[in-house]
Amino acid sequence: MTVRKNQATLTADEKRRFVDALIALKRSGRYDEFVTTHNAFILGDTDNGERTGHRSPSFLPWHRRFLLEFERALQSVDPTVALPYWDWTADRTARSSLWAPDFLGGTGRGRDGQVMDGPFAASTGDWPINVRIDGRTYLRRSLGGAVRQLPTRAEVDSVLAMSTYDMAPWNSASDGFRNHLEGWRGVNLHNRVHVWVGGQMGTGVSPNDPVFWLHHAFVDRLWADWRRLHPGSAYLPGAGTPNVVDLDETMKPWNDSTPAALLDHTAHYTFDAA
Amino acid sequence: MPDLTRRHALGAAAALAVTVGTPLTAAVADDHADHADHADHADHDGDAGHGGRQAPRAFDEVYRGRRIQGHATEGGGHHHGAGYAVFVDGAELHVMRNADGSWISVVSHYAPVSTPRAAARAAVDELQGARLVPFG
Repeated sequence: MTVRKNQATLTADEKRRFVDALIALKRSGRYDEFVTTHNAFILGDTDNGERTGHRSPSFLPWHRRFLLEFERALQSVDPTVALPYWDWTADRTARSSLWAPDFLGGTGRGRDGQVMDGPFAASTGDWPINVRIDGRTYLRRSLGGAVRQLPTRAEVDSVLAMSTYDMAPWNSASDGFRNHLEGWRGVNLHNRVHVWVGGQMGTGVSPNDPVFWLHHAFVDRLWADWRRLHPGSAYLPGAGTPNVVDLDETMKPWNDSTPAALLDHTAHYTFDAA
Repeated sequence: MPDLTRRHALGAAAALAVTVGTPLTAAVADDHADHADHADHADHDGDAGHGGRQAPRAFDEVYRGRRIQGHATEGGGHHHGAGYAVFVDGAELHVMRNADGSWISVVSHYAPVSTPRAAARAAVDELQGARLVPFG
């Protein structure tokens, strides 16, 4: 069974295996297929039209499935690898071990935002940015550059306390747990973390930065925490909502699983601690 | 608009201005002052603020050495109903209007700003001189 661990607790060997699997996926071309898929949904999901991956109730099950696909791809390279999660309420500075050269590497240099150390620095030749929206082919970051503070634990708890999963109009204007976690409304959790990292993480091709997976693994964990806190609260909407994925409707691009089938993560993985 | 308010965005632009390299440095001081001035009156950019559904006004200007343009479109195409197209040095920048009237672009997807001109300027800040590649 896959156990997703807090990145801060990984051993040197676990970090090395995770990084090696990422680079192997990159080399094979499979990694970039995930970036392409994500950007297609970013461009296509709109508040007043069809919306599946973002700004909609299925933001959480869509990313759960997306991460499962990615984790299975990693495990096809090295079956011991699981996606770690980044608790950005705890590891909230650029000095975190997450950003050390033996793991993801650090922030970008001032001149052009280029990441200069770690396994994903352009100079390694292992991490070309191929799926891109501008001419730059190197990984970029500006940790804390565009927004100073990552969300705090108290801010996360204030969102976890919201008992309604999602609300009409089921988009970036909604009240409720999903949109507050996604960040279009309120204290802003998920969106703000993308902005805090900067570089490709602030764009539609955000999975170009491997921290994308660790960020979303924590967002996914927060959904699991929310379900435990609110056992009587259901995924919404239940049925009959135009342009929105209802509980029992299948999600693109897979067309073979529904939010209902993804509610219980323990069928696929568990977390290291309650 | 979420936590990233206009003033936070200005702070970000100021931080960026400090870190950009020599090719842009000369332009930064003046353009940034201009940026701040416009941003303080951003609601005059058009009708984009706070849920108005009319298309914002067209714009065409040079910002930090890049030509940015925006204008309403006749629907269709690959604009997903945005009804508005933005260009940086002639290359289209994919933009999207949120339900609350704020705007984002594919270059700055998770940080809404109040107008498409502000989205174009945020994209120029983020691009640091790089060219856009065509999308979709």
